[in-house]
Amino acid sequence: MRGLKKSYGDFEAVRGIDLDVWRGEAFGFLGPNGAGKSSTMRMIGAVSPTSGGTLRILGMDPATEGPAIRARLGVCPQDDTLDTELSVRENLTIYGRYFGLSRAECRERADELLEFVALTEKAKVKVDELSGGMKRRLTIARSLVSKPDLLLLDEPTTGLDPQARHLLWDKLFRLKQAGVTLIITTHYMDEAEQLCDRLVVMDGGLIAAEGSPAELIRDYSTREVTELRFGPEVMMSDHDALAGKVSDLAERIEVLPDRLLLYTDDGERAVAAVHERGLSPAAVLVRRSTLEDVFLRLTGRTLVD
Amino acid sequence: MSIALENGRRQYDYWLTVYKRTWKGTLISSFLLPMLYLAAMGIGLGSFVDSNGTDALGGVSYLQFIAPGLLASTALQIAVGESTYPVLSGLKWQKFYHSMIATPLRPADVVYGQLTFIAFRVATTCVVFLGIIALFGGLHSALGVLALPVVVLVGMAAAAPVVAFASSLENDSGLAMVFRFGVVPAFLFSGAFFPVSQLPNWIEWLAYLSPLWHGVQLSRDLSLDTVHPWLVLLNIAYLLAWFLVGTKLAVRGFTRKLIS
Repeated sequence: MRGLKKSYGDFEAVRGIDLDVWRGEAFGFLGPNGAGKSSTMRMIGAVSPTSGGTLRILGMDPATEGPAIRARLGVCPQDDTLDTELSVRENLTIYGRYFGLSRAECRERADELLEFVALTEKAKVKVDELSGGMKRRLTIARSLVSKPDLLLLDEPTTGLDPQARHLLWDKLFRLKQAGVTLIITTHYMDEAEQLCDRLVVMDGGLIAAEGSPAELIRDYSTREVTELRFGPEVMMSDHDALAGKVSDLAERIEVLPDRLLLYTDDGERAVAAVHERGLSPAAVLVRRSTLEDVFLRLTGRTLVD
Repeated sequence: MSIALENGRRQYDYWLTVYKRTWKGTLISSFLLPMLYLAAMGIGLGSFVDSNGTDALGGVSYLQFIAPGLLASTALQIAVGESTYPVLSGLKWQKFYHSMIATPLRPADVVYGQLTFIAFRVATTCVVFLGIIALFGGLHSALGVLALPVVVLVGMAAAAPVVAFASSLENDSGLAMVFRFGVVPAFLFSGAFFPVSQLPNWIEWLAYLSPLWHGVQLSRDLSLDTVHPWLVLLNIAYLLAWFLVGTKLAVRGFTRKLIS
């Protein structure tokens, strides 16, 4: 995509983004709510016309070849659009028919996929009776009915418990190994680190940063972060004063209500230096930088909505 | 055209499953209510009307007069019922239309599938109802069987614009209007129960605008064997126009909601 844009009336949801996703890659869109991730996903899904720029999906133009593109896509939308009055298995077999598969193929794939997402025992149950995690797994199974070349997952694990998330990650990893291209949006940094070869951070309809998780951490954060907590009696205003005393020990310092974050390549040395200056934090934590640090640096800590 | 047919075929299993799931629940509204009307008005009120002479009705019994009208009204009511809440559910609540267009299906295909299903619902109900009418002696002429395709057309002439209207709504509060200002007045004033010539002139002309009047008129002419060729063409053309324009608007409405 080049200079891709999307507007709804006066509102510009996507304001010009350039990127390429390669075959077999797992690509992530990160960003706060309203960053333009879902609008971009809908355009890639060939169900939302672009407002500007060029977009090619599997080498085809969505404006003229929408059905041919969609025939090769699997889409797991943000809301489960399952038919809640049909059975679990019917949701898969009927969906397969939309792609022109024969009934026999649909049945066979439905059974395979139910096995794949561990829902075989629920095959005859109505969707209404499934838990949130099961519905999500069923939605993902449904997106795979057509054996897609490109799988679009819009916040696949939002609202799931940790067990369900890890199960889904395993499944997605196996799909990637099988050669399926994955495009994922997520709020979860650990998910992005687990799954994505490459990702972009979007903010305000633009790409704020692009790279592999490791590259992004290298480019936008330091290797380590030292977290200093001074106990509940120390006020925010004192934090500012404390930050002044240690500001030269780190590349960047962030002042939060309950703690100071020192971004540095050697966290232990920073801790030693803090103690040398006669400061005695109540608790100290040295950790590696994560994508979350990158994300918060790029998109800020302010709530978007 | 061939793509639309192929994409229609691909939806067959879906609509069949929907039908299997819902047909029992629709028995009461589809059959019981029209049956009650037929019994109360055709037989109860009818014996009273018939004893006063039926020249104004064209010399047939009141039951025979209202039976085709009730059939057409039933077609209209089923069609509108299937075009309102189910459509809003697919677009807004359950969003199953959204999942359909994430596949090779296009918004137009989804509209055609939905309308075909409504036609099927109307046809199956009306076949049974027509049989019951015949059993009651409500069919004056064998031609009355031709009323079946006519009332399916009535259903489609109503369904297509109502589907279009439903696709423009954000919530279901607008649907009550369809019933209050569309279905109920059409039911009462489209000549099902009395000739519209009995009405004040301006209401009579309003009745002529209603697709239901054309359906009632046509199915009655067929079942009483009083067909006027030119009037038949006019009736059919008018109903077709409602259906075709409504379908076009429905496709536009679905495209706006689903492809945005």
